[in-house]
Amino acid sequence: MSSLSGNVWLSGFSNWTARIGMFLKFAKNFNWGRFSVISVPYLWLAIFFFIPFLVVFKISLSESAIAVPPYSDLLDFNLEEAYLNIKLNLGNYIYLWEDSFYLDAYLSSIKIAFFSTIFTLIVAFPIAYLIARSDQKYRGILLALVILPFWTSFLLRVYAWVGLLKKQGLVNEVLMSLGIINEPLTMLQTDFAVYIGIVYTYLPFMILPLYSALEKMDISLLEAAEDLGARPIQSFFMVTIPLAMPGIIAGCMLVFIPAVGEYVIPALLGGSDTLMIGRVLWDEFSLNRDWPMASAVATVMLVFLVLPIMLVRNKSGKDEAL
Amino acid sequence: MNPLKLGMATALAFALGSTAQAGEQVLNMYNWSDYIDPADVTKFEKETGIKVNYDVYDSNEMLEAKLMAGNSGYDIVVPTGAFLERQLQAGIYAPIDKSKLSNYKNVDAELAKKIARSDKDNVHNVPYAWGTVGLGYNLDMLQKRLGKDMPLNTLDLIFKPEISAKLKDCGIAVLDAPADVMSVAMNYLGLDPNSENKADLKKATELLKANRGNYKYFHSSQYIGDLANGDVCLALGYNGDILQSQDRASEAGQGIVVEYSIPKEGTQVWFDLMAIPADAPNKENAYKFIDFVLRGEVAAGISNYVYYAVANTAAKPFIEKEVLDNPGIYPTDEVKAKLFPQLAHSSKFDRLLSRAWTGIKTGR
Repeated sequence: MSSLSGNVWLSGFSNWTARIGMFLKFAKNFNWGRFSVISVPYLWLAIFFFIPFLVVFKISLSESAIAVPPYSDLLDFNLEEAYLNIKLNLGNYIYLWEDSFYLDAYLSSIKIAFFSTIFTLIVAFPIAYLIARSDQKYRGILLALVILPFWTSFLLRVYAWVGLLKKQGLVNEVLMSLGIINEPLTMLQTDFAVYIGIVYTYLPFMILPLYSALEKMDISLLEAAEDLGARPIQSFFMVTIPLAMPGIIAGCMLVFIPAVGEYVIPALLGGSDTLMIGRVLWDEFSLNRDWPMASAVATVMLVFLVLPIMLVRNKSGKDEAL
Repeated sequence: MNPLKLGMATALAFALGSTAQAGEQVLNMYNWSDYIDPADVTKFEKETGIKVNYDVYDSNEMLEAKLMAGNSGYDIVVPTGAFLERQLQAGIYAPIDKSKLSNYKNVDAELAKKIARSDKDNVHNVPYAWGTVGLGYNLDMLQKRLGKDMPLNTLDLIFKPEISAKLKDCGIAVLDAPADVMSVAMNYLGLDPNSENKADLKKATELLKANRGNYKYFHSSQYIGDLANGDVCLALGYNGDILQSQDRASEAGQGIVVEYSIPKEGTQVWFDLMAIPADAPNKENAYKFIDFVLRGEVAAGISNYVYYAVANTAAKPFIEKEVLDNPGIYPTDEVKAKLFPQLAHSSKFDRLLSRAWTGIKTGR
């Protein structure tokens, strides 16, 4: 190595030591404990949510092709001619907009998710209320019973409903042997079965937040309401429900959001005419083999459904803090 | 089925990846579900000392999704002719060196000529099995609803609304394979089954929509079990699957009789082809397995077990009589003349086709 280049290297080195010194000074004043605790969830979100989403979004702007991978490149970089060509295909989004089928699928998913959330709430509330008001020593067991189904795979539990609801299934056999019906009912492959499946599988997600809200409630508030002349129903709607509201909102979010994008339940229990966006997405990806279109469907689902919900959630969180 | 199978395949792939010891010879095969006699796989493993990792799929689309994602890790896959034709455009298959296959002479030259329509000079494939799309039915249930005189070898059963309506209560299942079903529908309407004409597609779509309300579901493998235990009474499906269902029904001994018929209007004939992905990690082992399958007695074993026909001239003496004489498996020449092969569609038509198909399935 010549001395000249050695000098350059040395000056570069001293420059670097100065920078490192500045950085260390900054690092000394920085609250590392706090930073590392906060950064974990953000890092998690970035790696497992944001980056995958960017990949999906990127694919949604490309064109479907018969190739490996089956879509076109966005960037066309030519070193010799020194140009960078960026080609963004908005055709998939335009197609989504033009074909009313996709809008129907989004709306139908929202409808199914909305009503399932309400049914789940109706079923879950009494259960959560009972657990929260039961004797301290039974609560642990009752809560364990709510969580117990998670020990069996979600897929198997949905399959079990196929066996229960089919024409020669248990439900029909019981109803027929009791003489309630003469002909077996068609329950499988209908929207009815989808509602049953969603309410059943998501029930614990509703019960747990409701329970934690109801458990914190001070019973003497109900006594106070009674002293002031409120009937039980009145005090339920004017005291219990408002106090349980954070639990209700959290539970509804936990049920509604995954229910909108649900694929397995409509695929196994629903009929061919049960239109849900999760299935449309699957068809686009595997039947049509159109990855860009499937990515566009996924991106729109995220933007139209998840973002407003996150905003609402964020806002309600701030209100609570105030 | 699809998410489950996908999940299982992925789990299996991980499990296999971790169990493969260094230096151990392996072969990663990806084939249709219920498509080989497991005894043949064991035999191959014993003879060669190569460990076979065997994964299954139940639709060509599923296979293509895996292959097109790249680095599938599979050494042998078994796509259907039209799909191989399409995938060749992406250059994902390695040409097959026939000199490494001592049993290639057993391939039925007559059928190979038909397959060459999808793969010029059969450079990239070795035939595995072939079959037809036809009608599987529960004889008693159909006769009870349609009378004893109604012929059951006609597509009127699923394409004439007044007839399909009579079968609605006992259940009609249709393959969830747009290209297969639409080509059969177009042929039924007297149109070119491989037509890419928009008007033809529209006519076929309307035909299916008129009957849609009478179908129970669209699925590509569920009918095997459902026909056997009486959950559906009629299925438009693959011949071997229906014959397997027939077997299961007679084994169950519940008195359910399942029959298969090739529709008199003519139907689609398809060829499933063994191919080696260009990025296959164990190509030499793939050749060994393909050569093994090309042996007359092994090919016959497959035909005896899965009830599909094999394109292997050396297999004939080993095929059981009731398989060889079954016109549902090895059709007569007269029926053969009415069979049409399916060709690959352009991407543009594929999009129209699948959009029409979604419309049919969801009733919109």
